Amino acid sequence: MKINIKIMPKSGVLDPQGKAIENSLKQLGFNQTGTVRQGKLIEIDLQEKEEEAIKIVDEMCQKLLVNLIIEDYEIIANKED
Amino acid sequence: MKAAIIVFPGSNCDRDIAVSLKKISEIEPLMIWHKETCIPDCDIIVVPGGFSFGDYLRCGSMAANSPIMLDVIHKAKKGMPTIGICNGFQILTETGLLPGTLIKNDCLSFLCKTVSIKVENSNTKFSNLYSKNEVIDIPIAHNEGNFFADDSTLNKIKDNDQIVFKYCNNSGKTEKEFNPNGSIENIAGIINKDGNVLGMMPHPERATCQLSQLNDGERFFSSITESIL
Repeated sequence: MKINIKIMPKSGVLDPQGKAIENSLKQLGFNQTGTVRQGKLIEIDLQEKEEEAIKIVDEMCQKLLVNLIIEDYEIIANKED
Repeated sequence: MKAAIIVFPGSNCDRDIAVSLKKISEIEPLMIWHKETCIPDCDIIVVPGGFSFGDYLRCGSMAANSPIMLDVIHKAKKGMPTIGICNGFQILTETGLLPGTLIKNDCLSFLCKTVSIKVENSNTKFSNLYSKNEVIDIPIAHNEGNFFADDSTLNKIKDNDQIVFKYCNNSGKTEKEFNPNGSIENIAGIINKDGNVLGMMPHPERATCQLSQLNDGERFFSSITESIL
């Protein structure tokens, strides 16, 4: 099954990329734009069943994929696969 | 005396470090490929600058999990003098040997220039030949040099006198305007609580030769000899 990991900068951590996007959107006339934050999405294919797959991916996040000082993460199992 | 210089795919300051260690510290450099699992007998470990693993995922994150790093962490925890410069600093924070982390420069651009830094702590193995509050000129070259730590970590760093270098102007003022990358408290280099692991973004190895017309990095390397001998 495919597991997605959504990684976002923690609130309070400077996100200059999000800020740059926000400024660009406003410059383009999208005055509705509020705060913009930029993160990343990682997709991993695993053979295991959902519960076990989530457990493994959580360990991956702790060991490598996420820097817990500056990032929060959310594991999303893709039910369709 | 021997130094183990850890080389990753994408390291690019390994040779400069080796030249400075040999010439100024009079330490024989050993180049250790990251896939090795054991560091040979040595007196100091250096994690050099560069773009290990192309800076993929986060700067230093892949390198921090390379096979050799288990032995680096083991030896550093037992007191081995260990230095991380630029990408090496990022790698050491990713291993947890140093507190905090390094995020993108607040100016959003890669910075490559000579900056003034102030010696905040001259009582370390790596800064003992500088005077406290001395201002030295050392080049920086990074995209992610913006040191970040949460408030409680930062307070501990300050309370334990772990800040070794701060960005400043040429008269030693450390106001925000003299901070090139947004680093918290203008931090350019820190040391661990035990005083044997140093991380810094500026490159002292680039301030040790006539060509660069900078020599403030020389005492960094002679400090090492002084403290290890």
